[in-house]
Amino acid sequence: MSDDLLAVADRVVAMAAPGEQVEAVVVRGVDTEIKVYGGEVESLSSAQSQGVGIRVVVDGRQGFAYAGSLDEAVIAETLAEARDNAGFATRDELVGLAEPDGVPVQELDLFRSSLAEARPDDKVALALELERAVLAADARISGIESAEYADGVSEAAVATTTGIRSVGRETSCFVATYAMATEGDDTQTGFGFSVGRDLADLDPGRAAAEAAERATRMLGAVKPPTGRLTVVLDPWVTAQFLGLLGYTLNGDAVAKGRSLFADRLGEAVASPLVTLVDDPTDIRAMTATDTDGEGLATRRNVLVRDGVLEMFVHNAYTARRAGTVSTGNAVRGFKSTPSVDCLFLSLQPGTTDPATLIAGIDDGVLVQEVSGLHSGVNPVSGDFSTGAEGLRIRGGEVAEPVREFTIASTLQRMLLDVQAVGNDLQFLPMNAAGVSLVVADVTLSGS
Amino acid sequence: MIEEAVLQRVLGSALKTGGEFAEVFAEDRRNSSALLDDGRVEELTSGRDRGAGIRVVVGDTTGFAHTADLSEAGLLAAAEAAAAAAKGGGGGTRTVALTRRTASRGYDIETYPGDVPKARKVELLTRADEVARSTGGAISQVSVSYGDNRRRILVANSDGLLAEDDTVRTFFAVSCVATGDTGMQTGRESVGHTVGFELFDLYDIDELARRAADRALTKLAARPAPSGQMPVVIASGGGGVLFHEACGHGLEADLVAKGASVFRDRVGQQVASKGVTVVDDGTMAKEWGNIAIDDEGHPAQRNVLIEDGVLTDYMWDQLRARREGRPSSGNGRRQSYQHLPMVRMTNTYLLAGSDDPDDIVASTEKGVLVKHLGGGQVNTATGDFVFGMTEAYLIEGGKVTEPLREGNLIGNGPEVLQRIDALGNDFAMGPPGTCGKDGQGVPVGDGVPTLRVSSLTIGGTAA
Repeated sequence: MSDDLLAVADRVVAMAAPGEQVEAVVVRGVDTEIKVYGGEVESLSSAQSQGVGIRVVVDGRQGFAYAGSLDEAVIAETLAEARDNAGFATRDELVGLAEPDGVPVQELDLFRSSLAEARPDDKVALALELERAVLAADARISGIESAEYADGVSEAAVATTTGIRSVGRETSCFVATYAMATEGDDTQTGFGFSVGRDLADLDPGRAAAEAAERATRMLGAVKPPTGRLTVVLDPWVTAQFLGLLGYTLNGDAVAKGRSLFADRLGEAVASPLVTLVDDPTDIRAMTATDTDGEGLATRRNVLVRDGVLEMFVHNAYTARRAGTVSTGNAVRGFKSTPSVDCLFLSLQPGTTDPATLIAGIDDGVLVQEVSGLHSGVNPVSGDFSTGAEGLRIRGGEVAEPVREFTIASTLQRMLLDVQAVGNDLQFLPMNAAGVSLVVADVTLSGS
Repeated sequence: MIEEAVLQRVLGSALKTGGEFAEVFAEDRRNSSALLDDGRVEELTSGRDRGAGIRVVVGDTTGFAHTADLSEAGLLAAAEAAAAAAKGGGGGTRTVALTRRTASRGYDIETYPGDVPKARKVELLTRADEVARSTGGAISQVSVSYGDNRRRILVANSDGLLAEDDTVRTFFAVSCVATGDTGMQTGRESVGHTVGFELFDLYDIDELARRAADRALTKLAARPAPSGQMPVVIASGGGGVLFHEACGHGLEADLVAKGASVFRDRVGQQVASKGVTVVDDGTMAKEWGNIAIDDEGHPAQRNVLIEDGVLTDYMWDQLRARREGRPSSGNGRRQSYQHLPMVRMTNTYLLAGSDDPDDIVASTEKGVLVKHLGGGQVNTATGDFVFGMTEAYLIEGGKVTEPLREGNLIGNGPEVLQRIDALGNDFAMGPPGTCGKDGQGVPVGDGVPTLRVSSLTIGGTAA
């Protein structure tokens, strides 16, 4: 149980000197990772790790230090280092720890003792089943690039001199695979996965079928001609797009003049079809959590309603700068001070299924994979350009596969150009949900 | 870090269940960083990570466990867990005799960053902030970051190898936002080397801050990048991420062995234009990807991957090399003691040619000049790769004209290597990078001379 972690955090806080604010975040995790190849276990790693991060605020100056150990002597050294670091920061009266805000913490069902107690053999069996299912899915499947099972059991405690004491624990697991399909000289790849909180949630068969389908349907892909058209982002791609959008709505980017929506509160920034919610209390999300990185209760926040920008997300510091209260969006590991970010973004789903969305498009592309989002999208300027692959849409039907092209627009325009939101909400191993999204007037750059 | 006798007992214990190979990798790492943002020194951070990862190989299976407890009891527990994970059938007792190998990086660290007063590091941040802001009123935001780390590693394995390394890296970056009628644009400049605080004797902070600011200011006047295929000139020192993605990853033996590389079965074949020689070189003094030994204890090497267009060899780690009955190429690396090693690049670069860089631009009728590259990504199985352009210009009539907004370029590795039709005589290394593979990040360097690819797809929005 996480009580011993809270006890460690309490001991750190008790060492605060007069006039000092001290915060300790203490974490422990057991992670297992199993990779299989050729019907054998390629590697099996299992290990426990722990760490402590200590923040000291004195006289409006903040210092931080961390260590990958809960040894008492190491903790004392870490606190001294954080204290020393604080002396070098610029004084800022708004700097300080979070304070209890009275928002009750919701009890979320995020921990399964069944996973913590599962036998390694059962995990290995799932990974082997995944590989077998991929190889058997289609005669054109030529191999796997990877097939793996991974899980984590994690616990965290936060305590502060301002009266915060929070603990949380959770389990998560997934199976994931990259399949390769080959026909002649042509090799294509496809990704499939299944996520859950314990082994019973996982569906290796579905993950395998999805990877095989995505790989085989790309065989014979050609480079499409350059032009402007409508794209359908598949749920996996939409989720990555939402992740980028999340940056522009974080209170730190807003306060420091790095958000392109900074002055747009209350204005229409997106198509009326867009309602964007950040809700880490949705337990279907892999990133669901009942408390944030500063120990405050997480909550459901509607950021964009019917296309109108309603709010930004904040941690304690960015909230003070904006003259508001924390939205429970502090994000951190034990190796850093809290930043601010969306925790689980999703678009409110529409009522149309993906096939009907496609039937309404005369000339377009269904994008099933994107690459280089980190190198071709600038969330400060809004410039958006990404490598892509997928299937051509002609006359309302899915046609030939296409690859080695880019799609480009700007984040601002893409939000306004949303034509439809699908009804196929999907939960993915990331901090955003996926749903099919139709965006008009995107530039496809190819041959 | 750990006594030799203890290492021998731990390796012996790891092999108890019939393992063919066992290894102890111990690491003691200290990080320090300082961040200035929004005109204020926000915080200084210090961190310490210390522990050991133990792996045991039985047949095709690797068992791995790690611990933050470097006592003999802690190491033995991890060895037992790794051995159990690998599940050897046999058993017995093997004694491992260790032979200490020394590997030198050929130069000394002049000033350990840990010996430099924190106030001195803070001064650098404030200075860069002042200089960047003084370049003009359009600079609306500046962040400056400093970082250093010292990483001591020890590797001991059942082949009898015992090797240690002590690596110091220092890093500095300036990021600016410029605001104008066209919205906001960003400019970033970073330097990092496998050196101590003498990094700041090699670089002028003022110059760095000005370049970051200029990059953002220039882009305020930028037009949307074109779409479609055209010649692309990559400037010297702008970053070799093109080769890192176009062929580097595809030449990693672990991916090749799984058939997940377009370069499988192609050794000895012409895979690039004549004149193209690509090297991965962990010995390159002071570069960001420099190592004395890799994270499996093998000395760093200079490995020629492509020579005059012909594929000469892949990059190897211990496991893949062992299976093929050949030596490792010194490319087994890992993010930390909590990770298994795999085949990774070090400093990857393309050798200079003989063309005058100015002539390369002058002989390009219409195209794009990429002066500064961002990151990239590759699908090694298909060869399709992207890389970002963070500073680029249009070339019209052989002349560099207007600046372009950011975007990705996309190409196919084997095709792009064959389309290199000009190589400049002006080689330079690019900024420090972090290469991500399978969730692990390691420091890498890259470099290119000015070069031209006769056709690449530019991912812009303009016609």
